[in-house]
Amino acid sequence: MSGFRLADGGRVDRRTKRSFTFDGKAQWGYAGDSLASALLAQGQMLFGRSFKYHRPRGILGAGVEEPNALVTVDRGPGRVTPNLRAPSVPIYDGLHATSQNRFPSLKTDLLAVNNVFSAFFPAGFYNKTFMWPRGAWEKVYEPIIRRLAGLGDSPKTRDPDHYDATYAHCETLIVGAGPAGVAAALDAAAGGGRVILIDEQEEIGGGALSDPAQWGWLAEASAKLAAAGNVTVLSRTTAIGHYHQNFVVAAERLTDHLSLAEAEGPREKLWRIRAGEVVLAMGAIERPLVFEGNDVPGVMLASAARTFALRYGVAVGRKLVVMAVHDSGWRDALALQEAGVNIAAIVDLRRDIDPALAEAARAARIGCYTGYAVTKVTGRQAVTGVKIALDGVAKEQSLECDAVLMAGGWTPTVHLWSHAKGTLRWDEAWGAYLPDKSHENLRCVGACAVAWDFGSGLAIGALPAAKPLHESKAFVDFQNDVKARDIGLAVQEGFRSIEHIKRYTTNGMATDQGKTSNLNGLQIASDVLAKPVTEIGLTTFRPPYTPQSFGAMLGHHKEALFQPLRKTGIDDWAERKGAVYENVAQWRRARYFPLIGEDMDAAVARECLGVRSAVGIFDASTLGKIEVVGPDAAEFLNRMYTNPWKSLEPGRCRYGLLLGEHGFIIDDGVSARLAPDRFHLTTTTGGAARVLGMMEDYLQTEWSDLDVWLTSTTEQWAVIALQGPKAREVIAPLMEGIDLSAEAFPHMAVREGHICGVETRLFRVSFTGELGFEVNVPAQHGRMVWEAIWAEGQKHGVVPYGTETMHVLRAEKGFIIVGQDTDGTVTPDDAGLGWAVGKKKPDFVGKRSLARPDIVATGRKQLVGLLTDDPQAVLEEGAQIVADPNQPVPMTMIGHVTSSYHSATLGRSIAMALVAGGRDRMGETLHVPMPGGVISAKVVAPMFYDAEGSRLNG
Amino acid sequence: MLLIHCPYCEEARPEVEFVYGGEAHIARPLDPSTYSDAEWEEFLYIRSNPRGRHHERWRHTHGCGRFFNAVRDTVTDVFETTYKAGEPRK
Amino acid sequence: MKRFSGFNLIGEAFRSHQGWPEHWPDKAPKASYDAIIVGAGGHGLGAAYYLAKKYGITNVAVIEKGWLGGGNTGRNTTIIRSNYLYDESAHLYDHAVKLWDGLSQELNYNIMYSKRGVLMLAHNVHDVQSFKRHIHANRLNGVDNEWLTAEECQAYCPPLDISPNARHPVLGGALQRRGGTARHDSVAWGYARAAAALGVDIIQNCAVTGIRRGADGAIEGVETERGFIASKRVGVSAAGSTSLVMKMAGLDFPLESYPLQALVSEPVKPIFPCVVMSNTVHAYMSQSDKGELVIGAGTDQYTSYSQRGAFHIVEHTLAAICEIFPIFTRMRMLRTWGGIVDVTPDRSPVLGKTPVKGLYVNCGWGTGGFKATPGAGDLLAYTMAHDEPHKINAPYNLDRFRNGRLIDEAAAAAVAH
Repeated sequence: MSGFRLADGGRVDRRTKRSFTFDGKAQWGYAGDSLASALLAQGQMLFGRSFKYHRPRGILGAGVEEPNALVTVDRGPGRVTPNLRAPSVPIYDGLHATSQNRFPSLKTDLLAVNNVFSAFFPAGFYNKTFMWPRGAWEKVYEPIIRRLAGLGDSPKTRDPDHYDATYAHCETLIVGAGPAGVAAALDAAAGGGRVILIDEQEEIGGGALSDPAQWGWLAEASAKLAAAGNVTVLSRTTAIGHYHQNFVVAAERLTDHLSLAEAEGPREKLWRIRAGEVVLAMGAIERPLVFEGNDVPGVMLASAARTFALRYGVAVGRKLVVMAVHDSGWRDALALQEAGVNIAAIVDLRRDIDPALAEAARAARIGCYTGYAVTKVTGRQAVTGVKIALDGVAKEQSLECDAVLMAGGWTPTVHLWSHAKGTLRWDEAWGAYLPDKSHENLRCVGACAVAWDFGSGLAIGALPAAKPLHESKAFVDFQNDVKARDIGLAVQEGFRSIEHIKRYTTNGMATDQGKTSNLNGLQIASDVLAKPVTEIGLTTFRPPYTPQSFGAMLGHHKEALFQPLRKTGIDDWAERKGAVYENVAQWRRARYFPLIGEDMDAAVARECLGVRSAVGIFDASTLGKIEVVGPDAAEFLNRMYTNPWKSLEPGRCRYGLLLGEHGFIIDDGVSARLAPDRFHLTTTTGGAARVLGMMEDYLQTEWSDLDVWLTSTTEQWAVIALQGPKAREVIAPLMEGIDLSAEAFPHMAVREGHICGVETRLFRVSFTGELGFEVNVPAQHGRMVWEAIWAEGQKHGVVPYGTETMHVLRAEKGFIIVGQDTDGTVTPDDAGLGWAVGKKKPDFVGKRSLARPDIVATGRKQLVGLLTDDPQAVLEEGAQIVADPNQPVPMTMIGHVTSSYHSATLGRSIAMALVAGGRDRMGETLHVPMPGGVISAKVVAPMFYDAEGSRLNG
Repeated sequence: MLLIHCPYCEEARPEVEFVYGGEAHIARPLDPSTYSDAEWEEFLYIRSNPRGRHHERWRHTHGCGRFFNAVRDTVTDVFETTYKAGEPRK
Repeated sequence: MKRFSGFNLIGEAFRSHQGWPEHWPDKAPKASYDAIIVGAGGHGLGAAYYLAKKYGITNVAVIEKGWLGGGNTGRNTTIIRSNYLYDESAHLYDHAVKLWDGLSQELNYNIMYSKRGVLMLAHNVHDVQSFKRHIHANRLNGVDNEWLTAEECQAYCPPLDISPNARHPVLGGALQRRGGTARHDSVAWGYARAAAALGVDIIQNCAVTGIRRGADGAIEGVETERGFIASKRVGVSAAGSTSLVMKMAGLDFPLESYPLQALVSEPVKPIFPCVVMSNTVHAYMSQSDKGELVIGAGTDQYTSYSQRGAFHIVEHTLAAICEIFPIFTRMRMLRTWGGIVDVTPDRSPVLGKTPVKGLYVNCGWGTGGFKATPGAGDLLAYTMAHDEPHKINAPYNLDRFRNGRLIDEAAAAAVAH
């Protein structure tokens, strides 16, 4: 116990107490406290255990740079969040926080045995061992390592919270609301444009929050910003990253600072902001110093101790020693002493100290050890004192203390600048990379532009020490347990680029992403390699600036809103009939309509027989539809599709086959010519958007001389298919203005008229081999017309059928489904559709590719039918076909089954397959080796029913 | 998310309104049958893929629906210009 | 090369690890080599290693414009699998998987190949058909791949949501148990160390500025920032930069380079035991040994060398992840990054000879090159050593774009109808 609450001071509300728990123990703090400040005030110094060696760790920083004090916050079922940084967790009544990565408790962590054996786990140790016996890595070593690794526990149940997202636009976006950011916001606001000011902390003010002298100014400025009509101030909002063209993404935390009772609405909100100008006022982060024992709980950044004292009214110890190489350490020490925190001594490696600072320290009765360095911190779970030595190497002397403050200089926060590909330049005096040039309208102000007076200091990584580097236990990356000696080892082992050193040692790869460790690592590598920092490189800053929840990224895009589910106007009719659905592209389609007790096979068999014997009704509304209009419409289609279109008479339909320019089938569909200049095209359900996009491409960019308009009409038309010998009888009473007789209205014709009083485009087409009609009506009337047809159909035994039955019926006729019987590598000839290729046409999309050597070669896979020797054996779709089933693995496969069903109509199984040289194998027996045995089948033409087509012409 | 100036709408709009259309100024031959296999391969597949200035096609799919051309630096992703289809290469 | 072992590690611990030598010496280029590899990623370093180890060519240089392993080798999500459909692909990737097995021992470097299993989810009838086709083809090719029901999928990967009411319900999955992950950096370092021990020179910070060809058109060597280096055999394994290098040799290539993003979460204790991929929902994920959830995002739609992508890709990716694994919404994204992937028209690699004598190429791996690392290295080495492709990589020639004999796995997965 060393920290305590100061008698006065700070911005916490001392009239309002908050109670919470830490590791199950009741604790309290004031409103405005962070978890770190409240616990420090209670004397808690131990906050966590390190990742690898399980060393006891305390607080290092007072903000997002904190690497050690990671906690899990539990807000009830599904609301568990691991790895939160204690200084950034505001307390509220009922907060339950627990420490992580320890067993069984923070104080007594049995895994700290790792620390005893740390000599065996240097950087990269895992590359050197765990290789024997072979196979033991994933069975023995890796599971142990995985259990030891990780930080907190992942959430394990569904998160009841939801997340919001928005877009915002402004003339000026300011990131960071410290004094420089606030000043920039006031400036920009005066210009009249829209201003957004964002800051990650609980309230705006940044560094000014730790400086009571600025509170008056801050209050005035806040009031001005609040009063300005053109300024949006977002606190508790972290700018995650800068993306192309001043697109900045930020995440706002809306409820995590509130008790569960107070929390209402979304938990977080994602802001996607496009700004004319971005002003970065992200400040700077103080650097720790690297010396023996710098990770003992109670060793922290001087700026952090200042923040705890002046912002939260908490002393981090009763007797403090400051280890500085920078003036800011002296200033912080003086401010702390004045606030009532006992500073026992300032140790500074420099001999030349600003006389004013030295004088002030003496006046404050602070012991000054100039030219000295801390060589060791004593204590295990808490600081008991330090050893110091002149230049770090002379005889050691001891100082008693219970906390050590480090002032190692400042690193400007250039993360977003770097995200924007702004260049950086090395500054020797700052010992840091500073913003240089950017091609964006982006600038830095305040400390991150080094326009802030922290004083001056040395830029060094490690303090000088008598001990050789390879024996020292001085830490660079606290969370990942990277010591200075690990960086030395990496260099010794030949890793010279900073990226290599980073990856080999894991320096800077922890959840703080190197905010306090990167530059110290770089300096140490530079010293070991005896090369300037600039020759070693710099690791890349990547978004996000601090870790952000997945929830905020996905916003509303979950469950039903993850992706729209498209439903036809008839969909809920099917639902009421108990349809089982399948998803096809973005649509859901009724797959079959089981009666009570029926499985899919039984339902499909019944539906098939119903269509073949009477009539079936099918919702085909998902078919893609494109209206092609204009004087050159026929010419355009003639160039797009493989078959001729110019000769098609109005009132007639044609099957169209569409290739990519590579010559492979990509879509098909039956289309109708309604008038000389008007076509009604259909595409596959999944292909509609792609086909339209492709047609627009050719129309606009290759054949812009053609006078044609393309309009997507997929959702304008409901399509009701009536298929079966009684189809005509069912629709006849409902139809007006169309002569349905076979003579007047033959197969593959189209007529316009009315059904149930609404306009219709009636196609006489068949995808089943039966007499069939497709009734197109405006989508809003689809349900009404469907119900009318359904009612009429009752007299004729109509059955509703789904996609599965449709698949069986068309397979019986050998009609292909693009995407099932073709797979993007199939040409028209392969699919047996050579007849659909206009031989006399000079050109169409894909024609030239059909003449390429491999496409005209023999032995290509061709679509054939298969009849199994055992008529009841149904091949599995996707099963592979061989000529010789007794050959050893790997076998020579000559094809695969594309479609396979039990045909109730035929009382046996049928299949379609792509088989090498298939059409020359008619009558041959081929084999399908399955895990349970080989199935033999005979190659036949892919036509199993009514080959002469008498039924569909009926 | 890129911000793309549509030369037809005369407005800069976010990338999600647009669909990328590959390298620009690769015209389909008027009579592909006159092309050798090598020439056809080049038309279909060979792309310049430069580091730097890239002429490319975009379609303002969720806007005016028009195809247009752009010059973009593939290192910085900064657009130099966009221009209407049919205009000469810039 | 000092041998890596638990025994030596303990021994070194007692002298503060001062006895470990460099993994590989930092070499300056010699005037000439028997073979040069351009690009020190896993593939290029692997090629150098196998040239020296299997094919007896030890006077080899690997030249790299940056730091070795700094391209896609160090930026990918480390998934390894070989359950591809076509014979050509299955043979290619399974050749690699066979080499992955035992690679740690061969290189004396723990590359942490972990057969955690790769589970590919089927969300619709079309996926089921497609995966069954893969499974059957794999079985007859001797490649393991098995069908799991939705319940079995969840048992294999407990965080998986298999509720039938999900927007994209899980209907089952294809599991390759030999699939898994390895540690990407270790692969590059392990090959580099083993190759260097066999005499290969690894030359970093040495960008190629030109390719020199003789009067007969054959390769004479490469111009670099550090001078001309002669060699009659040059293998280019430069991923996203391949078309730039090929242009130096006067060759136009069927390649385009796209940004591909990936991201990791903060580390947590073990929660996710395998690799899961969903092509329909566009998500794939595993958990690293360190505890991070490793998530692959998509490519941007446009070509770019900027090594950064758009944020909406990340949004979509995490929405997809949380759609399949809804317990992860409170997990936090720690780091996103981008790489440059080179993509061919059929999305399969080009691995073999080029029209220029003595110039060989290994490129076009798109988003899937890591899994092939040992195989690609070995086959590039074989091809360079014999001036003929191995029968496994023979189909991956440039001629296929002329004659139409494409190897289009993505097209084979086809589209919903």
